[in-house]
Amino acid sequence: MKVEEHQERKLEIEGWPVHLTSYRIGEVFHCTADNVSPGAALARTSGATREEAENKAIERATERLGRTKRHAV
Amino acid sequence: MADYAHPEALVSTEWVAQHTKDPNVRVVEVDVDTSEYSKGHVPGAIGWNWTTQLSDTVRRDILSKHQFEKLMSEAGISNSTTVILYGDNNNWFAAWALWQMKMYGHKDVRLMNGGRKKWLAEARDVSTDMPSIATASYTASGPDNGLRAFLDQVQAAVDGGHTGLVDVRSPAEFTGEILAPPGLPETCQRGGHIPGARSIPWGKACNEDGTFKSYEELKALYGGEGIDGSKPVIAYCRIGERSSHTWFVLSELLGFNHVRNYDGSWTEWGNLVGAPVERGAAQSAKA
Repeated sequence: MKVEEHQERKLEIEGWPVHLTSYRIGEVFHCTADNVSPGAALARTSGATREEAENKAIERATERLGRTKRHAV
Repeated sequence: MADYAHPEALVSTEWVAQHTKDPNVRVVEVDVDTSEYSKGHVPGAIGWNWTTQLSDTVRRDILSKHQFEKLMSEAGISNSTTVILYGDNNNWFAAWALWQMKMYGHKDVRLMNGGRKKWLAEARDVSTDMPSIATASYTASGPDNGLRAFLDQVQAAVDGGHTGLVDVRSPAEFTGEILAPPGLPETCQRGGHIPGARSIPWGKACNEDGTFKSYEELKALYGGEGIDGSKPVIAYCRIGERSSHTWFVLSELLGFNHVRNYDGSWTEWGNLVGAPVERGAAQSAKA
């Protein structure tokens, strides 16, 4: 099998820059949402379409990033 | 890759594509998210789970020598096998595996430049098959603890000032604004950084496609913060995997001697009673 329809884009979720990567292997689309900094994965999801995989990843990333506390420095 | 101090420490995705059936080469995927391998991996590659196979599962530690030998044996890796490591997040845990393999004296272990990200972006072949592996005989040496920093050594570095401390976490973790990467659980009681540490986030060593920056770019990046190989260096992050990545850059690509990875990292220091902590941005390296 080959990786197909590979795409990357950046967006902002809950005030944090996020890197969204999606691609298809066989019949399944996979999506990863990463923090731009430091690069940690926030969500990895799959779906029958790119939209489904991306929406799941964005939803999960939104939930996780919404819990991040900023402390006064 | 030719300008690096140890160019043999890296291979390209194309090199890997040409060696997937080479009996002297074992390709291993090591991911932050241990489910990534099963979605599709480099054909013929095996997968290691960093939480269960590259760490002691009872106490907080790296593998013991016996555990390491067992892992190598079961992976069909002999002392003379060329091992190629790659993974997600620009090779974070692939670098963690490489660092441990170096500690236990494996002669020929390399990273695939760009990791899983580049392999996928290049639309290369992937497989979901689990290769069947014949066990091999393996005898480890070491461990070479010269590659690893323990708490007392980090404390001595803070007190003595003769060792460069490199904090490779994100700027917001360094200042203490956040206690863990955004979206991840807070695993420390205090935010900030080890006094005297320079903030050089690991990602600055990488290009957009996940490959490492050139020798000259890396030299300028670290040199600009006073990390130029003239004195010992200790790299740290939160749990030691991002700092393995920086350890690889400093020791293998720039060729610095006396580089240690502090795998206790901020989850040790930031929970330690009485440990000195600095908050806020670092002062200029030249100040």
